[in-house]
Amino acid sequence: MKLLVAAIPLLAGAWICFPQQAHSQTVFQLTVKDHHFEPDHITVPAGERFMIELNNQDTTTDEFESYDMKFEKIVVPQGTIKVHAGPLHPGTYTFFDDYHPDEAKGTVTAEEKK
Amino acid sequence: MLGSLIIVFREVMEAGLIVGIVLAATRGIPGRGWWVSGGIGAGVVGAAIVAMFAGELSQAFSGNGQDIFSAVILCIAVLMLSWHVIWMASHGRELAQEMRSVGNEVSEGSRSLFALATVVAVAVLREGMEVVLFLYGIAVSAHTGFMSMLTGGLLGVLGGAALSWALYRGLIIIPLKHLFAVTNVLVSFLAAGMASQAAAILANDDLIPAMGYDIWDTSWLLSDGSMLGRTAKVLIGYTDRPMGIQLLVWVLTLVGLVVVERFVRTRPQSSAS
Repeated sequence: MKLLVAAIPLLAGAWICFPQQAHSQTVFQLTVKDHHFEPDHITVPAGERFMIELNNQDTTTDEFESYDMKFEKIVVPQGTIKVHAGPLHPGTYTFFDDYHPDEAKGTVTAEEKK
Repeated sequence: MLGSLIIVFREVMEAGLIVGIVLAATRGIPGRGWWVSGGIGAGVVGAAIVAMFAGELSQAFSGNGQDIFSAVILCIAVLMLSWHVIWMASHGRELAQEMRSVGNEVSEGSRSLFALATVVAVAVLREGMEVVLFLYGIAVSAHTGFMSMLTGGLLGVLGGAALSWALYRGLIIIPLKHLFAVTNVLVSFLAAGMASQAAAILANDDLIPAMGYDIWDTSWLLSDGSMLGRTAKVLIGYTDRPMGIQLLVWVLTLVGLVVVERFVRTRPQSSAS
């Protein structure tokens, strides 16, 4: 209980001090069909938050997941979900469908802006 | 078959670690078998219901429904785990000394059991939902190899359950005098880990500030994707690249629990709760 009492003003303070990021993040569109991502590779600017919107055109439920970009979300057949990711250091990151990890996989490359 | 076995085993193991700790932490409290199995049952039923509405849940809260749901049930589990730690601080010693139901202890005990049964239900619900959706997916896509994948899934459930049981058997080797001290530490870390996971989920959706990303990167040492990394995530909330808010919430929860626990434990004995 004490914990809650301590945590609430702290979090509230943090909320005020760190204004929410504007919702102007780039959204990258992806579809998954026959357990393959289309496109299965995207390039994003390094150091920025971004979103991936995934549309599931299969008849199975999938779990859109990435260990190194830290997202994990279920997407039902014909459903569309959005996941947030970044800011990423320059490099290549992988994502996959956790229910069909051998077939459905793809990569994100984060590039330094010129 | 191996693929589905691994996927299901992973999820069941994650819930099973929590169940194993709860079983050890409630040793000697009368009626705990019923409460724990009730928690598992409620979790399975809940998982099936939530899985049925997975599509609707995704769309709720402008697409953040799944995440908000996860964060809320994690917070409930944190509160229940905290309750248990504090309850144990005042009753653990008597429980260890007597190990039998003494009058009013029974009703007191069942309150802590309710808390832990809720934790079990939440753990089973979270992981179970993924298992249900996965197995349902296999069932509807009637391609060949259906039976072998289903067998794999069922073996995964059995394997996860066996691991949970093994953890419990391993923990209760600890002499009763020390058992509750150990389980209280484990439960405190579970609570801190769950609280920081909830914070990470909300911060990832930009609902709360992240306070910095990638505070460190230990993915070269223990990756979130590895079996050991997953285990560490369940037990202590490990992540290879934490956000600032995760660390803050983790430390606050753990320090808060230690302070309150010590306060309750060193308080002069009184008959009231």
